Amino acid sequence: MVNRDILDYTAVELSEKIKKGEFRVTDAVEAVFGQIAGTEEELHCYVTLEKDRALARAAGVQEQIDAGALTGPLAGVPFAVKDNLCTRGMRTTCSSKMLENFVPAYSAEAVLKLEEAGAVIIGKTNMDEFAMGSTTETSYFGVTRNPRNTAHVPGGSSGGSAAAVAARECFAALGSDTGGSIRQPASYCGVVGMKPTYGTVSRYGLVAYGSSLDQIGPLTKDVRDCAVILETIASHDEKDSTSMRRTDTDFSSALKEDVKGLRIGIPKDYLGRGLDPEVKSAVLAAAEVFREKGAVVEEFDLSLAEYAIPAYYTIAAAEASSNLERFDGIKYGYRAPETDELHLLYKRTRSQGFGPEVKRRIMLGSFVLSSGYYDAYYLKALRVKALIKKAFDQAFAKYDVILGPVAPTTAPKLGESLSDPLKMYLGDIYTISVNLAGLPGISIPCGEDAGGLPVGLQLIGDCFREKTLIQAAYTYEQEVK
Amino acid sequence: MAKQYETVIGLEVHVELATRTKIFCGCSTAFGGAPNTHTCPVCTGMPGSLPVLNKQVAEYAIGVGLATNCTITRYCKFDRKNYFYPDNPQNYQISQLYLPICRDGYVEIGLPAGATERKKRIGIHEIHMEEDAGKLIHDDWEGCSLVDYNRSGVPLIEIVSEPDMRSADEVIAYLEKLRMLIQYLGASDCKLQEGSMRADVNLSVREAGAKEFGTRTEMKNLNSFRAIARAIEGERERQIDLIESGKAVVQETRRWDDTQETSYAMRSKEDAQDYRYFPDPDLPPLCIDDAWLERIRERQPEFREEKRSRYRETFDLPDYDIDLITDSKHMADLFEATVALGAHPKKVSNWLMVETLRILKEKGLDPEDIAFSPEHFAALIDLTERKVINSTVAKKVFEALFDEDIDPVAYVEEKGLRTVNDEGALRGIVEQVLAENPQSVEDYKNGKEKAIGFLVGQTMKAMKGKADPAAVNKLLKELL
Repeated sequence: MVNRDILDYTAVELSEKIKKGEFRVTDAVEAVFGQIAGTEEELHCYVTLEKDRALARAAGVQEQIDAGALTGPLAGVPFAVKDNLCTRGMRTTCSSKMLENFVPAYSAEAVLKLEEAGAVIIGKTNMDEFAMGSTTETSYFGVTRNPRNTAHVPGGSSGGSAAAVAARECFAALGSDTGGSIRQPASYCGVVGMKPTYGTVSRYGLVAYGSSLDQIGPLTKDVRDCAVILETIASHDEKDSTSMRRTDTDFSSALKEDVKGLRIGIPKDYLGRGLDPEVKSAVLAAAEVFREKGAVVEEFDLSLAEYAIPAYYTIAAAEASSNLERFDGIKYGYRAPETDELHLLYKRTRSQGFGPEVKRRIMLGSFVLSSGYYDAYYLKALRVKALIKKAFDQAFAKYDVILGPVAPTTAPKLGESLSDPLKMYLGDIYTISVNLAGLPGISIPCGEDAGGLPVGLQLIGDCFREKTLIQAAYTYEQEVK
Repeated sequence: MAKQYETVIGLEVHVELATRTKIFCGCSTAFGGAPNTHTCPVCTGMPGSLPVLNKQVAEYAIGVGLATNCTITRYCKFDRKNYFYPDNPQNYQISQLYLPICRDGYVEIGLPAGATERKKRIGIHEIHMEEDAGKLIHDDWEGCSLVDYNRSGVPLIEIVSEPDMRSADEVIAYLEKLRMLIQYLGASDCKLQEGSMRADVNLSVREAGAKEFGTRTEMKNLNSFRAIARAIEGERERQIDLIESGKAVVQETRRWDDTQETSYAMRSKEDAQDYRYFPDPDLPPLCIDDAWLERIRERQPEFREEKRSRYRETFDLPDYDIDLITDSKHMADLFEATVALGAHPKKVSNWLMVETLRILKEKGLDPEDIAFSPEHFAALIDLTERKVINSTVAKKVFEALFDEDIDPVAYVEEKGLRTVNDEGALRGIVEQVLAENPQSVEDYKNGKEKAIGFLVGQTMKAMKGKADPAAVNKLLKELL
């Protein structure tokens, strides 16, 4: 029963055991693939799995560990990577027909950082097509099911990554978060997910959706893994002009149980209309835990939350409409067959290669950027974005952490969301402001609803205050363990 | 009586900057190279790639802005211009619309003799930075199109003038002025034929004295000053004909065909695309602080006017020489380097103005194409001044210098071109020439002074050109 035991470890614990010689790296990889053999057919967390490659890599990593060349906390850990992060020699599809056969010649900087630390990438996880969606149902390759209840979605867009961690089909995963795409699936699947401050992790090699909002982050079994992985992938990268130089990325130093005197604010608008009562009571119970541990918790008004959704969908769609122009059938990816006239080639390739949600956002984005509408929509959305940032600045003058739900409900049933896109967009209400303001946010499990589906607690910090969030999340996690 | 019309012209000039690497990635900007070898994920628009600004591009743009009296935008941004075409790998071009790096400048051009004013200011509306596109190659034989991204991401600046020009002469004077400034800055070689400088002409006509501008057209594909002059003349006439026959000028983009000397419409205003410009979220705003601007200002080169006065004071050259030499930065650099090696300024100037310009003209080259080194040039002048070679030989050596940058000292030795100063050998040849040409000797003695020229020529021929003609002349007179 060794295999079953090994899957119970967190990434950091596993690496410890491997470095002590209790497990081989190949044991970990075999264990994960053993689990996959049992559950993947139903769950469908992955778009691509590369077992042979992972085993070969595991052998190489083992040699380096044995030689004492790899000593870090992630050495030997099997990882899953969201399929919008380029992996050299491993196909990167963004869960789209458009990139079904695209194999990059380069790896994303965050992937390189993980590999330098000795991680073994076993495959690429399913996602909403080009990260557009909140359920992983817009994937060209089919839905992913929630491991906690397979009638439900895992959330999205990093649904495959969250489900793979929850189903123990990997030890940890990378995702990307443009409007909640790490935090919300983490919440739905009962794992930890974090979006760092914009500019903390290089976006080089992340297939862009909304460039000014996209950030890469970890999805993990616990807060320690989250801190360690973020510490590993955070870097200043010359190849990303929006990446920042930070000297405070020793996030694991914040794994301390102490929230005494921590000032926590709960926005009243985050507890109002539309919030499921079971989610509300779980979140308020979590707030009570913080209070008992010595934090100062109070409710306050964070205005403008209602403007966040239209501003977000305007800006993200505008950027996406331009970012996705490069998928044209000329250079790589899908090309409509038997088309020799240029404009027809563009039209057919993009009509056939993109799914409906992607097309909807491209059309929306093209519209808000068109001449005559630019000021009324795009510029206005940028102004709202600036006001939201200002509102958060004011809040962080009073509070160290903002606490609230991740999503208004627990994971919806499969097939419920896509019929009403507007309703799906409204589900992002608690997460998207964080992206608009460039802030860090973490999602940690805080209980279950009556049906046994996990509820997520969101902690939001000021720019560069990941450590505050990690310390608060760690304290809570240790308390309720 | 026929109406009088005024031509109103504004220019959009694209200049390819002389950076070693592209504007948003580290790929080489070198010409040539097999297709798609100077490329990377960034300049081929691969998913997940990101642009990083080459600071040298901004420094050149600021340099041109300062030289053209522009205001430098201290907080400038890049915008995406969205349009689909296969030479444009991202299907958007990174350019500047809302906050271009330079604004509101001008250059002064000289006006022809007879004009009421000697100088005229041509306003510069803005200068912005952008990336060049790749190149499509249509293979009619195979019936397909291929794309080469080696040029994709090569840095450009676009200099947009105000509609201040009124004739082809003014347009050409403006372009020559820009070219001179930019060449002096070393920001580009500005070759129209090779496309490192491209001009689009916006032109309208109006009745003389009218206040409002007429409807303008934009003319593209102008590859030489002559083509520009012809296109302006052709378009002016086309528009006047339309107006005189009661038709309207249509706002459109036209392509000039210089071999047919005619233009045809490419697209009208109605077909104009909506480029959906918006700030590029991958590139943070470029903040140009005082210290950076000052460093660029300090590095600005000596421009032509300053060079002229310095040459006047330092080298004691006639204005005519100074104008010719400083007409090209490359020529002026060569002049100064050669003089610095000890050559006499006037001698250097003479070689540049006579032999150099002659060969350039014969070969249809620009002064920028001069490829010989100042060291070899100075050595040649030295050989001539010390009479190691005579002037006829020197011209031959110069041609070899021009073509292949030969070392004149080695070349003269190798080819045995030294002037023969051995009087014994010379005397033998002269005596032989006199003996072989009794008629000329007779003529000279009968007072035909010109006959000696023939005898000198015969002697030089017998010496294979390697004698000092003055010495031959002297010896002939002595022996006659």
